[in-house]
Amino acid sequence: MASQLIARAGRAFGPVREARGVPRWIVWAGIVLTLLFVVMALTAPWISPYAFDQYKDASGQRFVKQQAPSSAHPFGTNVQSTDVMSRVIWGARTELKVVLFAVVVSLLVGLPLGLLSGYFGGPVDRVLVLIMDALFAFPYLLLAIVIAFLLSDKFGSGVATAAFAISAVYIPQYFRVVRNHVVSLREESYVEAARALGARPRTVIGRYVFQNVVQSVPVIATLNAADAILTLAALGFLGYGIQPTDAAEWGYDSSRALSDAGAGIWWTGLFPGMAIVLLVTGLTLLGEGLNDVLNPVLRRRKMEPVTLPPRAPQEDRA
Amino acid sequence: MADAGALLEVEDLQVHFPLRGSFGARLVGKDVGAVQAVDGISFSVARGEVLGIVGESGSGKTTLGRALLRLVDPTGGSIRLEGEDVLGLREREVRAMRRKVQMVFQDPHASLNPAMTIETAVGHPLRIHGVTRDRADIRNRVSAVLERVGLSPPDQYLGKYPSDLSGGQKQRAVLARAVILSPSLLVADEPVSMLDMSVRAKILELMLGLKNDLDLTYVYITHDLATAKFFCDRVAIMYLGRIVEIGATEEIFANPRHPYTQSLLRAIPDPDPSRSIPRDLPRGEVPDAAEPPLGCRFHPRCPKAFAPCGWEARDLHDMLEQRWAVGGQELFEAERLQLGDLAGLDQPGSRATVPSATGTGDDVATLLDRIREDDSRERIWHGIESITPRPGGAVIEFHPGHDPVLRPVGGAEVACHLYDPELAEVPEQAPPA
Ligand SMILES: Nc1ncnc2c1ncn2[C@@H]1O[C@H](COP(=O)(O)OP(=O)(O)OP(=O)(O)O)[C@@H](O)[C@H]1O
Ligand code: SF4
Ligand SMILES: [Mg+2]
Repeated sequence: MASQLIARAGRAFGPVREARGVPRWIVWAGIVLTLLFVVMALTAPWISPYAFDQYKDASGQRFVKQQAPSSAHPFGTNVQSTDVMSRVIWGARTELKVVLFAVVVSLLVGLPLGLLSGYFGGPVDRVLVLIMDALFAFPYLLLAIVIAFLLSDKFGSGVATAAFAISAVYIPQYFRVVRNHVVSLREESYVEAARALGARPRTVIGRYVFQNVVQSVPVIATLNAADAILTLAALGFLGYGIQPTDAAEWGYDSSRALSDAGAGIWWTGLFPGMAIVLLVTGLTLLGEGLNDVLNPVLRRRKMEPVTLPPRAPQEDRA
Repeated sequence: MADAGALLEVEDLQVHFPLRGSFGARLVGKDVGAVQAVDGISFSVARGEVLGIVGESGSGKTTLGRALLRLVDPTGGSIRLEGEDVLGLREREVRAMRRKVQMVFQDPHASLNPAMTIETAVGHPLRIHGVTRDRADIRNRVSAVLERVGLSPPDQYLGKYPSDLSGGQKQRAVLARAVILSPSLLVADEPVSMLDMSVRAKILELMLGLKNDLDLTYVYITHDLATAKFFCDRVAIMYLGRIVEIGATEEIFANPRHPYTQSLLRAIPDPDPSRSIPRDLPRGEVPDAAEPPLGCRFHPRCPKAFAPCGWEARDLHDMLEQRWAVGGQELFEAERLQLGDLAGLDQPGSRATVPSATGTGDDVATLLDRIREDDSRERIWHGIESITPRPGGAVIEFHPGHDPVLRPVGGAEVACHLYDPELAEVPEQAPPA
């Protein structure tokens, strides 16, 4: 089983290795940028000079606030006297944790709902589509804020609340993409052939529909992750996201840096802002690149040589 | 129709697809009609026989095939397989029944799951029906059946994905998957029409070989008379959801009786390419299966149609449009302007009013008389009983139409009034004055 899984994964990632030209560069640029932040997040406790909420040194001496970059504080300190570099590094951990969590939750909800709704159709499908379309049409930031506000009563303003608020935004997207894909797959001969073999609906959905739908998931998930980073930052910027005492978060830091900019204090805003831009760019490049590389239609068109069949007398006109 | 040796007996089978009306129409439960894809079909297939279902696109062949496996639910009639009532089966029993009936679809490129290896795909029926779960056993059986369908050596194909195979190889794999459980009936829906000419004959030969080895019975669906002649013991000709003629292959090809069969056979291209233009394809398009013609469904295109064939207002409208389209702008202006709104002619019905633009029905009647004199060979005049001038327009009465039913004629069964002794007086009689 394990060897089969590895073989299948190898088959799935073969195209990335084989990719040539511009898509190859896009994918690899995305991979490198994204990996940079993943490494940062994983090693934060060791590479970060201070804790994310630390405002005094070991001797109890409070850091000077809004201090320009120096050897003690390579990115300077902010208005709350915390070290900007530490907050950027720990922020990578927060962003990735929230986004991973949110993507998993929206997949876990959106994918099965989309599968069942698309395969069986009928009134349940129509009601679900109506609800999801309504959610989708709702301004996404407002939706996230409302959910975050409702959840913060129960769970506080931490990582879990932010993740659930963001999931609510992306569930309708997964639902729509998956459902529409399934509706088109349902008409494929091989799905009907599976039914004709005597397979029960569970088998048809699991082995014939799902296996083909999941192939589009990596691309959507990566692109959504990029989007989710922006949503999380926006929530933090507006003050509805993760509170600074719970975890370091770039959006919140950017909002606190707003008034600094006028006073010539550039380092409090530049570094968290750059982190956001770089991570979003990395994920977007990765997603778009994967899309080019994995999309079978584009790929096939590139690889198959055109051969003209020999001229044959028409025989099937009746 | 019931005979003792029959494997499959289909009686009066009907598959109607309800048309999706507007939301409002559905809300008030208004009947918006249905596509009559299969409308009252009866036949039986003996064990070991190959029955061909032949017809133009849209005649309902695929729908009939899918209904045999209950891939669509028929709206009426009955299907008996080995004496068992297929339409009475419950969901679980239907799945078990599909062990005995298999289907091969038209497009081999779309019939295999692109994410499954050939070994998994061909062996899947064994797992689905719980025949065996032993991997080695499955591999052995899959290898054996691949060998049998000509994919050898099998080891070379087991781990391949469908995208690695050619169209012919894919269809072989599909056949392997269909026969791995030794079904008794195989429904083959245009199994070779998407393949290159060069492999068509090979696949058909393979199918004949499989049939002999495995005691299969085939329902072979095609729009291609040439392969039907080669492949089938008996042939049923379908038109707009009905069988119009059914009989032994030699009989149908040597002695076609139904006018539709006759024109299909005449339309087979000649092997000589300089003469390969079809000479006598039935004129016009296949009508809409949601509102089929009254009486005989073939009558608007039938070169021999006569009084009882179901003439109606829509035919009159079509005839006028056709005349004006051919006759040019001048004719159109001269004649069309004398007539009022012709939309009333678009409802099915054997009585209609052709409104006059100026108000007198006499003008309309005179115009229609002149049109008849112009082209008295037009079949519709056989079906018009009377044209009565009335204020505002002329009332047209059509002969009452009848639905032809299959009746034995010579060695075949034919659904055509020409062969009904009570109706077929003198078909080429002069049109009524
Ligand atoms: N699922 C469906 N819903 C509604 N209408 C359908 C459905 N399937 C088929 N039809 C209609 O039923 C009629 C018969 O279709 P069918 O596919 O059985 O014809 P066919 O003889 O197989 O034609 P072809 O040679 O093009 O395959 C057509 O008018 C088609 O549009
Ligand atoms: S009943 Fe026979 S003659 Fe009349 S329209 Fe039909 S096929 Fe033609
Ligand atoms: Mg078809």
